[in-house]
Amino acid sequence: MNRLERRDRLIRLALLMIAFSAVSVLAVITIFMFGEGTPVMFKYGVKSFLAGRDWYPLEKSFGLWPMIVGSLYVTAGAMTVGIPFGLACAIVLTEFSSRRVRRVIKPVIELLAGIPSVVYGFMGVVILIPFIREKLGGPGLSVLAASIILGVMVLPTIISISVDSIQAVPAAYREGSLALGATKLQTVKMVILPAARSGIIASIILGMGRAVGETMAVIMIAGNAISVPHSILDPVRTLTSNIALEMGYAAGEHRQALFATGVVLFVIIMILNTVANVTSSRRGGPGR
Amino acid sequence: MRRRVFTGLIILVAACLLCCGRNRSETSLIVAGSTSVQPFADKWAEVFMERHPGIGVNVQGGGSSAGIQACLSGACQIGTSSRELKPEEKILHEIVVARDGLAIVVNPSNPVRGATLEQIKEMFEGSLRNWMMLGGPDREITVVTREEGSGTRGAFQELVMGKARIFKGAITEDSNGTVREIVANDPYAVGFISLGLVNEEVRALSLDGVEGNENNILEGRYKLVRPFLFLSRGEPSGLAKEFIDFVLSAEGQELIKKEGLIPAR
Amino acid sequence: MRLGPRLEQRVATALLWVMTAMTIGVLVFIIVFVLRKGLPVIDVGFLTKNPVDMGKGGGIFSTVIGTVSLTAFAILIATPLGVGTAIYLTEYTWENAMTRVIRFGAECLAGIPSIIFGLFGFILFVTKLGFGWSILSGGLTLAFMILPTIIRTSEEAIKSVPPDYRTVSFSLGSTKWQTVTRVVLPSALPGIVTGVILSVGRSIGETAAVIFTAGSALRIPTSVFSSSRTMSVHFYIMAREGISMPRAYGTAAVLIIAILAVNIATYYLMNRFIRRYS
Repeated sequence: MNRLERRDRLIRLALLMIAFSAVSVLAVITIFMFGEGTPVMFKYGVKSFLAGRDWYPLEKSFGLWPMIVGSLYVTAGAMTVGIPFGLACAIVLTEFSSRRVRRVIKPVIELLAGIPSVVYGFMGVVILIPFIREKLGGPGLSVLAASIILGVMVLPTIISISVDSIQAVPAAYREGSLALGATKLQTVKMVILPAARSGIIASIILGMGRAVGETMAVIMIAGNAISVPHSILDPVRTLTSNIALEMGYAAGEHRQALFATGVVLFVIIMILNTVANVTSSRRGGPGR
Repeated sequence: MRRRVFTGLIILVAACLLCCGRNRSETSLIVAGSTSVQPFADKWAEVFMERHPGIGVNVQGGGSSAGIQACLSGACQIGTSSRELKPEEKILHEIVVARDGLAIVVNPSNPVRGATLEQIKEMFEGSLRNWMMLGGPDREITVVTREEGSGTRGAFQELVMGKARIFKGAITEDSNGTVREIVANDPYAVGFISLGLVNEEVRALSLDGVEGNENNILEGRYKLVRPFLFLSRGEPSGLAKEFIDFVLSAEGQELIKKEGLIPAR
Repeated sequence: MRLGPRLEQRVATALLWVMTAMTIGVLVFIIVFVLRKGLPVIDVGFLTKNPVDMGKGGGIFSTVIGTVSLTAFAILIATPLGVGTAIYLTEYTWENAMTRVIRFGAECLAGIPSIIFGLFGFILFVTKLGFGWSILSGGLTLAFMILPTIIRTSEEAIKSVPPDYRTVSFSLGSTKWQTVTRVVLPSALPGIVTGVILSVGRSIGETAAVIFTAGSALRIPTSVFSSSRTMSVHFYIMAREGISMPRAYGTAAVLIIAILAVNIATYYLMNRFIRRYS
């Protein structure tokens, strides 16, 4: 083996190690989190940890249920806002607009994704919350506020992935449907959307993942109360806010309980991501 | 070109690792903890740094418990707290640098001007839910509290709530300033903040007829008072000691007196 | 109510356009609102003076430095790692179990919420490794957050370099590494730079992970061990606590302008890249 070949071998090895950096970081984070979080869960009983309704950590009372419900409500609410508007935009962008219009609107939507979450939260605080408080009641800091703001935040994710899926539908489908006399709308509703279904579902699930993981905007507008919300006007605390609010000072078992919260969050997001990957790789279409 | 970047990076990482074990520079001080203490610590730091150019004092928030933890773990040289230390935390060296009243604040548009301590307790406990019971409008009370690790909350819990828990539906925020913002914007909110941070955006309620001001505190009539503590591992030395000496000096105490705090003695 | 298909289409199309307009309207509204309240505050002094009195007065200079240092540090660490990974995945192996594991790792990392990175960074860098609240802790945490993006975009960029380039290079007698560094990478550079710029945009706006690892000290950072406040953290604190609304808006305006600039740069570069290869 001459010098150049040996050097190439070394470089290959170095690159392999570098390539594993992403995996190792993930592994370290996962091991760390599970290592710190699961003992506490088992000590207090997984069931009482997940289903308990009292979160008073300084009294060693760790019940995550209100936060789990909180995350679920807020995410569901975000999807209620995000899916209709997101799909509407995606359909308009792909089927009802010319190339020039698309060239303008698409970057604008991507800009929406770039705005920092704290600015979204701030908009919620300054505009949305007084509105909700005065017109609808309650303190304003609520499930509703969080749902609306989060819904807006996940729009770019849903839109861009749905646009890609819809554009991937073969032109033959479109043309065939129109040739049979269907209107554009009928084509979209009955041919294109079902064909792009798996990609659209993937986009929705990825959007859910984003909503579940959002922290800053939620802390600013959801109220962070540790009770299970009974109406959309009630304040709510999510799993992410729970971690952020208490991280600075948590020690000992309290800190481990926060890691356990992280574990729950992690598991939820992993499930969502895996489902998204599986649905998007199963593409319906001809020849399957 | 890539190789140069690569080598440069290796050197940078190596340099960082080399500096890793070394003590933090002696010309910089980290003061972390209570959000109640933070604005005043920052004021002290500003003046101190004017006097001693080249020395840096970094003031962080996070809450009293966070400051205590950071001090115990060595993440900061001086930890700050706005509540008394718990028995297991007493291994830290503590110095009272000021005293502060705890104010119960409402929106300026709220007609209610005062309440009894018992009523305040019931409001935060969740058993008193409507302003009507206090002579105010027929509206639900929006209760705002701090996170559990907050010194302000700890002091409030000790001085007002006693054994009762703050109820679950209370809005929780992570600093005095945020609580003040919420109360300032919501006509039906009530919260507790550091007396020194009360401004014209909120109004402090009188408790059992006693207004919360310096006079009443010094004469012992206003009962909600808590100490501002500077904490360190062992006796403070070096830069930390210099800073603390400045804080306790006549000038330092005068500085915060102007800002609304009660001097330490 | 059964409408004829033509009418149904008109109504539905109108509805879809209205919804799209609302979506765009929200975005435009946010940007206009922030810029309108924030631009008047921004002047040379705002950008070059330090915050005074916890931010009640003065400017945001130290936070600008904080943002720049933190982002630069994160990019410095993540780019070699990300590009290296991409090179390995595309040039040095074929698709096997190992590459799938590496890709899976990167995908998972991309999905982890920022607060978990913040928690992890706080416990590992700030506490256990003793770096304290510092640019070092924050930069490392941010680097791992942007790593998946850089890997993904670099891979795309390298893959789209035509195979002919490589064959010609080999036929001229160069080694693999020479081909990679002197032929493939320079051609893939716009795509890689796009990924880097995207990550810069993301780092500028990141708050959750940064506030718990880099801290919130107001002074200009003096070394990688100094704590430092970024613009987004500064905005968060000022807005939440009502310290100075005009300055909060000003900070937000600077943030949005910076991100707008980043987006425009990305878009321009992407277009150049696509045009070059299509």
